[in-house]
Amino acid sequence: MKTRVYVTLKGGVLDPQGKAIHHALDGLGFAGVNDVRAGKMIELDLADSVSEAEVEEMCRKLLANTVIENFRIEHPAK
Amino acid sequence: MKTAVIVFPGSNCDRDLAVAIEAVTGTAPAMVWHRETELPAGLGFVAIPGGFSYGDYLRSGAMAARSPVMRAVAEAAGRGLPVLGVCNGFQVLTEAGLLPGALMRNAGLNFVCRDVALTVENSQSMFTSRYGAGEAITIPVAHHDGNFSADEATLDRIEGEGRVAFRYAGPVNGSARDIAGVLNDAGNVLGMMPHPERMIEPAHGRSDGRRLFEGLLESVGA
Repeated sequence: MKTRVYVTLKGGVLDPQGKAIHHALDGLGFAGVNDVRAGKMIELDLADSVSEAEVEEMCRKLLANTVIENFRIEHPAK
Repeated sequence: MKTAVIVFPGSNCDRDLAVAIEAVTGTAPAMVWHRETELPAGLGFVAIPGGFSYGDYLRSGAMAARSPVMRAVAEAAGRGLPVLGVCNGFQVLTEAGLLPGALMRNAGLNFVCRDVALTVENSQSMFTSRYGAGEAITIPVAHHDGNFSADEATLDRIEGEGRVAFRYAGPVNGSARDIAGVLNDAGNVLGMMPHPERMIEPAHGRSDGRRLFEGLLESVGA
């Protein structure tokens, strides 16, 4: 079972990489970009026996640093 | 005194730290590999070095914080063993939950590598007793992810509890409240981005970092 974990910075946390990307988009002449936030996507191939709660635990224990990041779990093939 | 330096794949300041510790304690530290599940017995303190443990994969310090040896370090820290984390060592300690906050990419996105002016905010800790309160010192930094971040309530709490050990005298990397070094609530764990081991003798230009190791040696009572 393919599961995707999206890790993004929390709302109030300054995102220097997002800012740099925003700046570069401006430089390329793309108008109307209000804000850019960069995150990461982690794809897990899981056995069917793995529960949603276990995936959440994986996120909390390793995949995301919940001091600064949020995570969202998605099951595209389900 | 017996001491130890933890070594992860990708650590690159472990030997500098060992040289500094030996210069001050008179004994070379044990170099402890990340796969070890126990620390040597009878240690005076443990140091976690700078570098790029596990290639900074996922987040700086994230993989190292979950390595077998860190479980032993966390357990020993819980029993009161002093733990010093420098640079990547600071990142590892925050990722391991032994220190508050997180170290994000520098606000300017640049790798910052230069001497920086610091203010000693807490001169009562076991790491900083050889400095004066409010003393201005200079210690080099070399990092890409040194931007200390925590929510306002956490920042207020650690400030109120005197747990900010060092503060940058001016902006360096975007750190909240210019925080450069933080203590845990018991005061036996210090994480700092500047490298005290790189400024311990006149040949380094200054020796401001040496007193950190001397103070620690004195506090541990050897």
